[in-house]
Amino acid sequence: MPEQHQTQGPLVYRQRVMTRITHWLWAISLFFLLLTGLQIFNAHPALYVGKESGFEYANAILRIGAVETAAGLRGTTTLGGLEFDTTGALGVSGADEVRAFPAWATIPSSRSLATGRVIHFFFAWILVITLAVWTVASLWNRHIRELIPTSADLRGLPRDIADHARLRFHHTARYNVLQKLAYAGVLFVLLPLMILTGLSMSPSFNATAPWLLDVFGGRQTARTIHFVVMVLLVGFFVIHMAMILAAGPINELRSIITGWYRIDPAKEPQNDA
Amino acid sequence: MTRELNRRRFLTGASLGASALALSGCKVLDGLNDYDDPLRNLMESANGLTYRAQRFLSGDTLAPEFTRADIRQGQRPNGTTNPVDADYQALASGGFADWRMNVIGAVERPLTLTLADLQSRPARTQITRHDCVEGWSCIAEWTGVPLSVILAEARPTAAAKFAIFYCHDTMENSLSGQVKYHESIDMVDAYHPQTILAYGLNGKPLPVANGAPLRVRVERALGYKMAKYVHTIELASVITGYGKGHGSYWADKGYDWYAGI
Repeated sequence: MPEQHQTQGPLVYRQRVMTRITHWLWAISLFFLLLTGLQIFNAHPALYVGKESGFEYANAILRIGAVETAAGLRGTTTLGGLEFDTTGALGVSGADEVRAFPAWATIPSSRSLATGRVIHFFFAWILVITLAVWTVASLWNRHIRELIPTSADLRGLPRDIADHARLRFHHTARYNVLQKLAYAGVLFVLLPLMILTGLSMSPSFNATAPWLLDVFGGRQTARTIHFVVMVLLVGFFVIHMAMILAAGPINELRSIITGWYRIDPAKEPQNDA
Repeated sequence: MTRELNRRRFLTGASLGASALALSGCKVLDGLNDYDDPLRNLMESANGLTYRAQRFLSGDTLAPEFTRADIRQGQRPNGTTNPVDADYQALASGGFADWRMNVIGAVERPLTLTLADLQSRPARTQITRHDCVEGWSCIAEWTGVPLSVILAEARPTAAAKFAIFYCHDTMENSLSGQVKYHESIDMVDAYHPQTILAYGLNGKPLPVANGAPLRVRVERALGYKMAKYVHTIELASVITGYGKGHGSYWADKGYDWYAGI
């Protein structure tokens, strides 16, 4: 099919082996950290603002629970001052089982705080070590600079947003500005925040770095931020998957598995914008 | 073309496999609930790394202390709140006048102390945050005698590597016998200035719900390390002598022994 050859651009080696290995280590770690994190959350399904949890006063901003009604067990989720009936998803799920997050969303599927914690902290180490190795390697091989938007990138931001909104993707050897912002946001903001709020929940680490508690506004606020960052990471994952599907899943997957990425054919001289 | 098709087929298969894993409620991983599962044991080995890292980073630092203004509620009781054990009930009904605390094991001078003995020793009062493994926290003022004061009197021998706390409250009655609450800490925590044998809570005698007459406070660890209803402290070279041998009622249930995070 000669036409196809004309419309296909060349394969370029876009993802280094370090990028690919760390990507998959993060993907696996975050999968387990999320599902064991929800297991851990289920042990006390409420989030607070402040140093402690209010039992005799109200400082909870999220609470997932269950109430017995005439119509049977109902799951309730209270966010701020608003209460929602979330039976089937949050509070009560499966065969009238009282649990905040449902069995399909936790590891293990049954209630086991102990097992959830074992898996959570194992993958927390993998995540932290991977991030540390990646940071050193990326500073060394200058991969980190590929993630920082240039001023030209930022000038092109409105156009890039408009192109993404129209699902008009440009396959180039470099990341586009929205990719840079998304990946940099995850690697430089969300993951460090996740690690630091996680450490802020450790009574041992509180003794090592008590100032970190003040930075986050107390242990229970740190726990709430840990949860909010989890929601943001899940949001990133959803958009990440949607973009891969929209931009061509085979090409995108090939690049993150083999490193080779097919870019758009050159229609006009590249102006590097 | 065939390469492309194979790739498509592979990707379809892979994504189907991934969704099956997600849809099955991660039941594939429920084998990790088994304490003897080799993969679980591998993952648990990270606990040892966590312990060493925390020991290295925290050294002899103090847990954060708070002010009276931070005490906004009573200390939430958890776990056993009123031991059913007959011996304990008898001691409680007598106002713990007949209660004794024993220091045994690898010490030059075993001790038997009354509550008044403990209260007559130098006391430490600290306002600290209690962090339950479940995720909640509660700030309260604790008063008690530093464990280091008691250890100075008992004089642990070189063999002493751990302090084991034996408690009044029965957690389980099974065919293999009665299991009472027990905990253990290493000597770094045992000599830590904030490790106290607390008999007072928020300016009042320690209530039964919170471990009367005596509970231990280990402020750089989670709540389950802070054994309530303590009657005996054993200094020992190993912690494997009681329960299933993990040195702690909850460690026997698959929780981390050190409990620093």
